[in-house]
Amino acid sequence: MEDAMQFAPSENPALATYSPEVRQQLFRFVLQLADTSLILGHRLSEWCGHGPILEQDLAMANIALDLLGETRSLYQYAAELEGQGRTEDDLAYLRSATEYRNPLLVEQPNGDFADTVVRQFLFDNFHYHFLKQLVNNADERLAAIAEKSLKEATYHLKWSSEWVIRLGDGTEESHRRVEKSIAELWRFSGELTIPTALEKELQTIGLIPEYADIQASMTAHAERVMEEASLVIPQQVFMLTGGKDGRHTEHLGYILTELQYMQRTYPGMTW
Amino acid sequence: MSELIANSQQLTAEIWRLLEEVTDPEVPVLSILDLGIVRVVRVEGEQVTVTITPTYSGCPAMNTIATDIRLRLLAEGYTKLTINTQLSPAWTTDWMTAAGREKLEAYGIAPPIDGTASGHVLNLFGKETAVLCPLCKSEHTHLVSQFGSTACKALYQCDDCREPFDYFKCHS
Repeated sequence: MEDAMQFAPSENPALATYSPEVRQQLFRFVLQLADTSLILGHRLSEWCGHGPILEQDLAMANIALDLLGETRSLYQYAAELEGQGRTEDDLAYLRSATEYRNPLLVEQPNGDFADTVVRQFLFDNFHYHFLKQLVNNADERLAAIAEKSLKEATYHLKWSSEWVIRLGDGTEESHRRVEKSIAELWRFSGELTIPTALEKELQTIGLIPEYADIQASMTAHAERVMEEASLVIPQQVFMLTGGKDGRHTEHLGYILTELQYMQRTYPGMTW
Repeated sequence: MSELIANSQQLTAEIWRLLEEVTDPEVPVLSILDLGIVRVVRVEGEQVTVTITPTYSGCPAMNTIATDIRLRLLAEGYTKLTINTQLSPAWTTDWMTAAGREKLEAYGIAPPIDGTASGHVLNLFGKETAVLCPLCKSEHTHLVSQFGSTACKALYQCDDCREPFDYFKCHS
């Protein structure tokens, strides 16, 4: 069932022109994006069958599926960039927690519905604005993946923004809960736009967008949503980082234990 | 030479005709041509290349569709097949044919209404698209959720006949 897993040659024009060093850097960055979508998609899929109401259970499963689709495109590209014969499955299922490069935010537990909504909102606000820049990227494959995912990420940000507003501006109970989630999760939001050494190098050679360019739109959207939700943006928060360099919270190990169980137990199994 | 070209044009036309018989596994009334996901058919000697584009990136039907294309063409004796995926330009419901839209409605799924895609605009709590109930044709319907039974559909309910129904989201 390997059909349609192969990209049309027209979507790879730049690949041959990269130096081995740039190719390796881009590989690591694409892997980071893939890990991010995979881990958040996995977290959301944990809601399947447990959502507060059927329609929102379906919404979270749909968002998880979109993220998983993006993940596959990214891992396939990463495997090509690496050129060592590893496949998308090897990259997803056979790397350890310290090799994963997702930011800490996306591995945080689902908690209650408010925690999931706030985690999603913080991620979507970054994802949407980042993809908007990435569609014009010099690397055409990344641009093509972004073009596809941006349409979906727009639905996601609309969903999570509206839910932050509903919860914040809803009942006393929902307001209390979403306020608590914001206090807990905001400290993970900074990592999304604080560039790592790798990201700085790729930004310098113009291969990925500058985070400074999307910060203003992200802040404007967050302010608009939080105000409508009668919530306050936490100030002077110490931002936790490390995930993009492989230093994770304890949660990631548990996620991978479940996610990688089949391939670790029965190496190379397919169906 | 001109004979070869004429022959390959004829083969290309024949393959397009065969692709009309490959259907979407999740909406079986639609062929993949109705959906507008076949981008290129190329014949070079015995080598046949079909390039398709996904509707949504996570759509699990894509693998099945690729396999179905292969099986349909194999059955007609085409053995050197390549099936490629192309992401850009990204698929839009504008590429769905008029015949496809009619088939959808007859099947009980409201077809996409062109020009109603929110695009990349964040229209929070904005006015929702007015969709005709595919069952009783009432205009009194409301959006239940942007996310429905598959990635390409939203969930609506009719305020007159009370039936819930799927709306094939306008995506462009």
